[in-house]
Amino acid sequence: MTPLASYLLVAALLFAIGLGGALTRRSAILVLIGIELMLNAANLNLIAFWRYGPHPEALTGMMFAIFSIAVAAAEAAVGLGLVIAIYRHAQTTDVDKMNRMKG
Amino acid sequence: MSIPIFVISVLTVAGALAAMTLKNTIHCVLALTVAFAGVALLFLGLDAQFVGFAQILVYIGAVVILVVFAVLLTRSSETPEEGSHSRTWFTGLAISAGVFAVLGWAVLASVNGLPNETAAPDVNVHKIGNALMGRYVLPLEIVALLLTAATIGAVIVAMHEKARTK
Amino acid sequence: MIQTLDQIFVLFKNWLVGFLPAGWQVAAGVVLCVIAIIAVYPALFAIAVLLERKGLGRMQNRYGPNRVGPFGLFQPVADGIKALVKEDIVPLRADRVVHFLAPVVLVPIVFMGFAVLPMGRHMVLVNMDSGLLFFFAMGASTELAVFMAGWSSRNKYSLLGAMRAIAQMISYEVVLLLSSVAVVMIAGSLSLVKIVESQNHYTGIFPHWYVFTPWGLAGFLIFVVASTAETNRSPFDLPEGESEIVAGYFTEYSGFKFALFFLGEYVEMFAVAALGTTLFLGGWTAPFSFLGWVPTWIWFFAKILTWICVFIWFRGTLPRLRQDQLMNFAWKFVLPFSLLNLVVVALWRFLGPGWEQWVICSAILLVAYVVMGRTAFTLKNIGPRKYRYAE
Repeated sequence: MTPLASYLLVAALLFAIGLGGALTRRSAILVLIGIELMLNAANLNLIAFWRYGPHPEALTGMMFAIFSIAVAAAEAAVGLGLVIAIYRHAQTTDVDKMNRMKG
Repeated sequence: MSIPIFVISVLTVAGALAAMTLKNTIHCVLALTVAFAGVALLFLGLDAQFVGFAQILVYIGAVVILVVFAVLLTRSSETPEEGSHSRTWFTGLAISAGVFAVLGWAVLASVNGLPNETAAPDVNVHKIGNALMGRYVLPLEIVALLLTAATIGAVIVAMHEKARTK
Repeated sequence: MIQTLDQIFVLFKNWLVGFLPAGWQVAAGVVLCVIAIIAVYPALFAIAVLLERKGLGRMQNRYGPNRVGPFGLFQPVADGIKALVKEDIVPLRADRVVHFLAPVVLVPIVFMGFAVLPMGRHMVLVNMDSGLLFFFAMGASTELAVFMAGWSSRNKYSLLGAMRAIAQMISYEVVLLLSSVAVVMIAGSLSLVKIVESQNHYTGIFPHWYVFTPWGLAGFLIFVVASTAETNRSPFDLPEGESEIVAGYFTEYSGFKFALFFLGEYVEMFAVAALGTTLFLGGWTAPFSFLGWVPTWIWFFAKILTWICVFIWFRGTLPRLRQDQLMNFAWKFVLPFSLLNLVVVALWRFLGPGWEQWVICSAILLVAYVVMGRTAFTLKNIGPRKYRYAE
């Protein structure tokens, strides 16, 4: 198995674990953690393809990954702000309980 | 795949699994830190030093601390009464297993067409700086605007509302 | 002769490594450097602890410890033995695994910062291209260990101290980064070795240290303030203030674990001081060109010890800042000032060498400092204190 394939498999595994966690956990914060894991898996994919791809000197993969890290941090901030606001309203972070639009 | 990279991958996947299965939320966050550190080491193994250190600085130094603050502000560190996994956990597990199967099949089935080891790319910070200010200056400015908007948005969303006087 | 004295450690390492077969030499060289770092900095820690206690004592008009050896010189040994034999108490409801792991995570991370610092000519462990980024990545990771310590103790004081410490460290980390970016803009590289090399010139007898330029002086002062806050030292030591919240996030630690936290704090102080000397004070270069015969590593450690003395001086002199005063200071004064410093650096580069860059940049920085300081004072209505009595 080529090194690229092994990195891609690790990234796929991380993505699947993040997805499983985001779909099965009750706490909204743990769902956000799953999303962060998925974003990390995508970054790993990007860097693996940058390294083993045809034109690594163009730095495209690395730039994409850097911007992805920045965007993921911004998204985590806004998401967690939302979770805090929802907690203040519903007194819980359990996503199974938040099944109505009207508070 | 060399032995150190294999060990780091195992550690990363173990951290991610722990992050998604442990009951105590703070333990999940600490396992997530291990997973992030593992991914940063994998970046370093792929000769992407700038991205690796940026990953440590941003994810472990900022995102994890943010998650920890959110956990403490929403009192999620106490054990929940109804269990920490959703009622529909089996569906979620099946979906993620299916996604991994599809992705794994896609990677392994195309293993003949993927390029093999190439020489390590000659990347230094100068080139990254030139690229950021040259070819990628528009995404850089847009990300700056995005970060500003996200900061202001997060503060407004999470701020205490002023007490309504009726 | 001078060259050999300067390079004595490098030559010693090469001689030792020469005994091994060629394949092992690089790895053995790295291991030897790591052993040297792990040996030197805890020794410096012992000296700094003693210096602090004696220095603080003298500033407070008393002797420091003076019983254990001549002038109290063996006090660190006594402290070490005490820390090792004390009973290791873990609270009943504390999270044992995280409680154990917090000092274990903290100490290696603070030592990793030394991997990129040039301690003398050709004396850097790893000459990384993005060395400064690596250093800040390690600095950001220490905050997690602080949180682990505070949370796992299941103690309100610990958690409160940990939250305060993290909030403070994050705020001043941003300031530290911005003041370092000013130096990076002029030196043109993130590699600390190149930053020191670019300060290695002399005009006449005066060195080209960055602290002797207007933006460098502003950046240096901002760096001093931010590094004092980053390492939770007075006057920013509310998270571990002894009179406020017992001992903050390491309340529930005793014995060797407390000694590890203490070691971690002081070694972080050394690391940040070493970064400050590398960025602003010229690293291992001599202050005057005629002193170039002194070995470079002596200058490096002398500058670090001067920083430590200044930190101790701050601790003995200044009163503690309240948490909200501290955060206000960071976000409303120091951060805008460091952003202005970046603009001034760009202007410096743009104006080119000559007298204009000195005059214009100094004028901008002075006016900004006075205006921001004065508006801050007037907004807060700082004046003689008015007392209110309960009627």
